[in-house]
Amino acid sequence: MGLRNFRIFRGDTAAGDMVDYQTEVDKGMVVLDVIHRIQAEKANDMAVRWNCKAGKGGSCSVEINGKPKLACMTRMNEYGDDETISIRPIRSFPVMRDLVADVSWNYEQNKRIAPFKPDTSKKDSSGDYRMMQEDVDRIQEFRKCIECYLCQNVCHVLRDHEQKDSFVGPRFMIRLAGLDMHPLDTEDRIPAVKDEYGSGMCNITRCCTDVCPEHIQITDNGIIPMKERVVDRYYDPLKWLARKLTGKSK
Amino acid sequence: MDRFQHLGDVTVDISDIQVVEHDVIVVGAGGAGLRAAIECSIRGLSTGLVCKSLLGKAHTVMAEGGVAAALGNVDSRDHWKVHFRDTMRGGKFLNVWRMAELHAKEAPDRVRELEEWGAVFDRTKAGLINQRNFGGHRYPRLAHVGDRTGLEIIRTLQDHGIHQGIDVYMECTGLDFLKDGDKISGMVGMWRETGRFVVFRAKAAIVATGGGGKGWKITSNSWEYSGDGYGMAYEAGAELMDMEFTQFHPTGMVWPPSVRGTLVTESVRGEGGVLLNSEGKRFMFDNIPDRFAAETADTEEEATQWLAGDKDARRPPELLTRDVVARAIRKEVKAGRGSPHGGAFLDIASKRTAEDIQRKLPSMYHQFKVLAELDITAEPMEVGPTLHYFMGGIRVDADSQMSRVPGLFACGECAAGMHGANRLGGNSLSDLLVFGKLSGEGAANYISEMTSEPTADDDQIRSIIRSATDILNRESGENPYLLHEQLEELMQSSVGIVRTEELLTEGITGLDGLKQSFKKVKAAGASQFNPGWHEALALRNLLITSEAVAQAALLRQESRGAHTRVDYPGEQDEWLRYNVVLSKADDGSMKSEKIERPAPDAELDRIAGLSIEEVEAEVAGEQ
Repeated sequence: MGLRNFRIFRGDTAAGDMVDYQTEVDKGMVVLDVIHRIQAEKANDMAVRWNCKAGKGGSCSVEINGKPKLACMTRMNEYGDDETISIRPIRSFPVMRDLVADVSWNYEQNKRIAPFKPDTSKKDSSGDYRMMQEDVDRIQEFRKCIECYLCQNVCHVLRDHEQKDSFVGPRFMIRLAGLDMHPLDTEDRIPAVKDEYGSGMCNITRCCTDVCPEHIQITDNGIIPMKERVVDRYYDPLKWLARKLTGKSK
Repeated sequence: MDRFQHLGDVTVDISDIQVVEHDVIVVGAGGAGLRAAIECSIRGLSTGLVCKSLLGKAHTVMAEGGVAAALGNVDSRDHWKVHFRDTMRGGKFLNVWRMAELHAKEAPDRVRELEEWGAVFDRTKAGLINQRNFGGHRYPRLAHVGDRTGLEIIRTLQDHGIHQGIDVYMECTGLDFLKDGDKISGMVGMWRETGRFVVFRAKAAIVATGGGGKGWKITSNSWEYSGDGYGMAYEAGAELMDMEFTQFHPTGMVWPPSVRGTLVTESVRGEGGVLLNSEGKRFMFDNIPDRFAAETADTEEEATQWLAGDKDARRPPELLTRDVVARAIRKEVKAGRGSPHGGAFLDIASKRTAEDIQRKLPSMYHQFKVLAELDITAEPMEVGPTLHYFMGGIRVDADSQMSRVPGLFACGECAAGMHGANRLGGNSLSDLLVFGKLSGEGAANYISEMTSEPTADDDQIRSIIRSATDILNRESGENPYLLHEQLEELMQSSVGIVRTEELLTEGITGLDGLKQSFKKVKAAGASQFNPGWHEALALRNLLITSEAVAQAALLRQESRGAHTRVDYPGEQDEWLRYNVVLSKADDGSMKSEKIERPAPDAELDRIAGLSIEEVEAEVAGEQ
């Protein structure tokens, strides 16, 4: 495929520039291969985070020509032969160095979520739980998540409005949905989904769903049903009236 | 570089280095490390979990097919004895008997426990955990979630583990262990982001660092697989065992070049996929070893019946053990009957509907679509052998998982013994659960019996730090990336799937040269998130790992399981009596020895020796 031009962000939180590189690109290469080639030949100390190189680890999230993508699953032939390819770290999280962003905020959110709490009375004498496939299909979709955080990166609430204090973001909304829809889970998660995790912040632009490399229907199958559960609990007019009359909060 | 560049050979100042204290430090946060850390925490130990990557990104996510456990949900004839027998036969009877026994007995509980912690496995029609067929397993035994079982397991352990009070040190590399006399007293690590060092004071350490596939050019392993645990444990005085048994998975991608080696799950064959040569022939029928002839279909008709669920039909030969299939593919390619890019064809398109394939093998569908622009529901894949797994590793006690260094434990891929000469697919996910737990137990017992706390020695700390910073401080030197590339070429050509004394000797000579070059390795740039430096640090461990494999392969003069010596064909009964054990000699060189294996437990020996009819009858009597 010949010699191609790249512009890659080099720097850290304090300062950085887009630096030009030129390197040979072979047939079948993905963007991560190019980054590695430049790293080995021209920039030994260029930082990039990656793991499996097969779209399963979700470590190599970057922005390629402005689009959030996994570098390992983005083929060079998606781009025109004379197109200069620019690569930046994902923007919603602070840069550590070069293409590596500090995603630790996401790990803090996960820790805030109450763990799975199964109904152990449903266990049979041989220690097995019975769940029908059709009852777990929808939560298995959420469990395909590889935690690449591309959805977190494009979420307007987190990216443009920087309201990380009030919304856990799409990744953790589907984590919550997966727990709430689990046939065995006994934890009541709806109050926290509304108050602590900020389900109301999402205004359903579906940007998260568009970038999901696992094609999880984050918005339609995850966030909207969670919003509906919150609405059912708190904004159902009959329930509202009942609360008014009895003075009880629930 | 900033704060270390002027240190030169003056004493390293360690007064301002971060020090953390735990009862136990677990190195590696794949399935084994996470399970070990959870166990330590359950047992009340203050636990630190150190990993090179972000949590949840370890190689366990790449495990696709499933976790083997004799739950008997799909075929009620399954039983630990049958699983044990399959494992021993797959391992060519070189497995540590007790480990194979513990594994087969405890795997079902470890899988059920995952469900309790939130894992959502595929279900049978009765609502139980579904199980699929896999190479070498007599019955459908692999609990699975489509073809992303590893992701399910690591995420379950991660989401459970973060609520257990474990302190996780992400993107932190373990450099070397600290010892007080002969006992473990901690570890020195390095934060990858800042390049700063951290001292972990601990009473015990559990190594769960996985294998060392990055020594080879064609491998399914990612950068993390640099044999860190082998290198660190070896330097600390532990023994390595069975290192000659490196598993070449038969089906890695062969095209395009940039993904050569990436794994194609065995589930493709488990779901009915067949291997064809360029003449369209199912060549596995010509490659059935005598040991498995009685249990393998010898006609396409019978194989088809088996796939359709006929319990009297025998398994298709594509599901023979991995060593057999890998050698058969290599043979076809050598004979000029390979696919255009030097592999064999793997065809599922003509065996299953497009809908079935997308539902059962979604990751494979996606992987080929994106990376090779190939639709596996319409066309055959091209596949060839790829270095996948180390059966060998740190030599440990079967029950406690402790190495010969007091306080140093190992579990998962980096520990030896469970799989013998060849691992069955699906037995690694169960291995890491069973022995992850046992190593946590082992560490807890060890610590509870301790009479005095070990102390971390400042000179050792200084010396570990100096070795690391020397790589940055040299004026000039060898490029770590190029050295790594040379190592990969060397191991691929000299210590590959087929070995001879001549090739192995060449390999060892080549490694001597690379070790000399490594002494002059230089990483350019500063210490913050510097991949060149990280690469150079990993090289030490990769070189130790590679030398151990080459030395062990040279010593074992027979062909068994994953170790094939063209100059010594076939299994030799004499060699069944020995393990090859490697350790660091007093003069600093690597010593390789034949160590006699203890006699097997009589009952286990009897079970492993039963015919399939006999074991089935015995188990039916018990059920």
